[in-house]
Amino acid sequence: MELLDFARGIALRWACALFVGGCLWRLVGVLLLPRRRDLAPPREGAHPPAVAALRAIVRHLWPRPNFAGSTLFATVNSYVFHIGLAVVVFGLAPHILFVRRLVGLSWPALPNNLVFGVGVLTLAALAAVLARRLVHPVMRMLSGAGDYLSWLLTALPVASGLLAASHLGARYETLLAIHVLTIAAFLAWFPFGKLMHAFLFAFSRGATGMRFGRRGVDS
Amino acid sequence: MSPQALFDQQGDRSEADRLGAALRGFVREFSVTTALHVESCVRCGLCAEACHFYTATGDPKYTPAHKLEPLRRAYFREAGPFAPLARLIGWPRAPTLDELRQWQSLIYDSCTMCGRCTLVCPMGIDIAELVKESRHAMFDAGLIPERLALMDRTAEQWGSPATPAEDLPDILHDIAEEFGVEIPCDRPHAEVLMTAAPAELGEHTKALAAAAKILNRAGVDWTLHRGGFDASNVGFNNGDLRLQEKLTRALVDTALQIGATTLLLPECGHAYGAARWEAARWYGQALPLRVVHMTEYLAELVEAGRIRLQPIGETATFHDPCQIVRRGGLERAARTVIAALGLELIEMKDHGVEAYCCGGGGGVVSNVRATALRHKVFEIKKRQVEETGARRFVTSCGQCRITLEMGAQHVNWDRATESLVELVADRLAD
Repeated sequence: MELLDFARGIALRWACALFVGGCLWRLVGVLLLPRRRDLAPPREGAHPPAVAALRAIVRHLWPRPNFAGSTLFATVNSYVFHIGLAVVVFGLAPHILFVRRLVGLSWPALPNNLVFGVGVLTLAALAAVLARRLVHPVMRMLSGAGDYLSWLLTALPVASGLLAASHLGARYETLLAIHVLTIAAFLAWFPFGKLMHAFLFAFSRGATGMRFGRRGVDS
Repeated sequence: MSPQALFDQQGDRSEADRLGAALRGFVREFSVTTALHVESCVRCGLCAEACHFYTATGDPKYTPAHKLEPLRRAYFREAGPFAPLARLIGWPRAPTLDELRQWQSLIYDSCTMCGRCTLVCPMGIDIAELVKESRHAMFDAGLIPERLALMDRTAEQWGSPATPAEDLPDILHDIAEEFGVEIPCDRPHAEVLMTAAPAELGEHTKALAAAAKILNRAGVDWTLHRGGFDASNVGFNNGDLRLQEKLTRALVDTALQIGATTLLLPECGHAYGAARWEAARWYGQALPLRVVHMTEYLAELVEAGRIRLQPIGETATFHDPCQIVRRGGLERAARTVIAALGLELIEMKDHGVEAYCCGGGGGVVSNVRATALRHKVFEIKKRQVEETGARRFVTSCGQCRITLEMGAQHVNWDRATESLVELVADRLAD
């Protein structure tokens, strides 16, 4: 079996299965834990729980003005690589083609050169994240193997995709196979580490919004 | 983390027993919200930027997320959806007893559970609540600062960490005499059960007399009562859930026993957190009475025209107590009273829900081990108060006031921290 066949076939299928099954298991496992009902009467005029949750989800998209200075780099850099990843994953024509074959959905692609440029910027932002994690005393202290693995498995698909698009380093089929394998590794790891924040962030913010919205606080 | 970290421990028990109690305590009460908050952390470290202990020292060990490390590891090994897998591969490691001893100072000495870190967290994690959960486990294991353990034992016996219940009538009599105000005690029936903070029966007696003067002037039917008089809930701060319930029930049951419709809390932050937002959990239903903070009550009396105030006509700045404002929702009430006092409010750079903590919440003010650290934190508030140029400095929490007074004394700062309820009593108009 060719490497590309293996990557596109069994590797990606197992990775997708792990991704879907693992994410569902983790989400359901958490969401089925007991709920501690807040029995204290809400403050008069407090937002209903759903509204308070939505407000918190939106509010935490950007730091409050008093924190903007101290969190500026982390915030801007995070937006760069999050948006960059979204553009690369959903904007590149071959990716859209892959999704269309898989589920039948498609949408207009962005120009290849633009996506390539965004990919380079995304990789640079990811490199900055790593540098900060290695250098900043707080982040260095907090970081463990899981954090570095999450970084690596996020950066590798971007890097290998850029190499494949540039036809650099090996023949295209090999580069493509490596790219697909790095995506498989990313998907397989996703449910087990902090990459799950892609789903959990809304629940986490929403829970805080509900807790404090009841008290009349925009937390 | 320094291997020479300070720790105390209570009780004579084996190391295995102590560690087992802690690990069980960490995972005992994992609700869906607690789990979501532990699961969502991306280790970005931004919470450090909001923490007064990190800001004042620059020491990364004070990063709020770091304080949760034992809880996090215990959760993923024992309670998370992949717990069997985590135990199988041995990752993350289980916390050791030595690590718990080292973390004691992070969980008790350098976290005031003020919740400022939640504001800056991109995931909106309620880190203060997770520290409180961690304290439950540390208490179960007999791993809390000895000073707090002493207060716990005292409150267990007396219903207050400072005053035996049987002494209350004599103390109130003395305060009434000193300030020339009537203070009812142990009335069998009253509309309002008034409660006190520990300092109001010691060095802050004027605040209690002030509350009495205001309630009498407004014609409120009220009393203090030996059955439940100290609203500061030591169990809430220490992580002693059983004591938290006992102290809460003493207040609520006494109020119900005398037919009160309002439980009036003193100028105390954690009293508000424990009674207003957590009391109902011990009863399994909403309480059949209102739980109201003094500041909120003052605002209601002012807005209803039941008290009138003579304007002071000076500038003032206000320290927002964390449990009352950021975690309690009473930002507007204090400002209503300040406006009624005719004070021109000049806000600090960080105010309202974003205000910096005084540095003494969560029992840190009582934890003598944390004194030096607390004084470093005080510099932040001192600087922000001075930047306003306001003449008066006011707050509405006795514990904040003690912390700020001690900080001022340490650096010979000539600024008094004034109590809102005392200002109101002093300016009551006929």
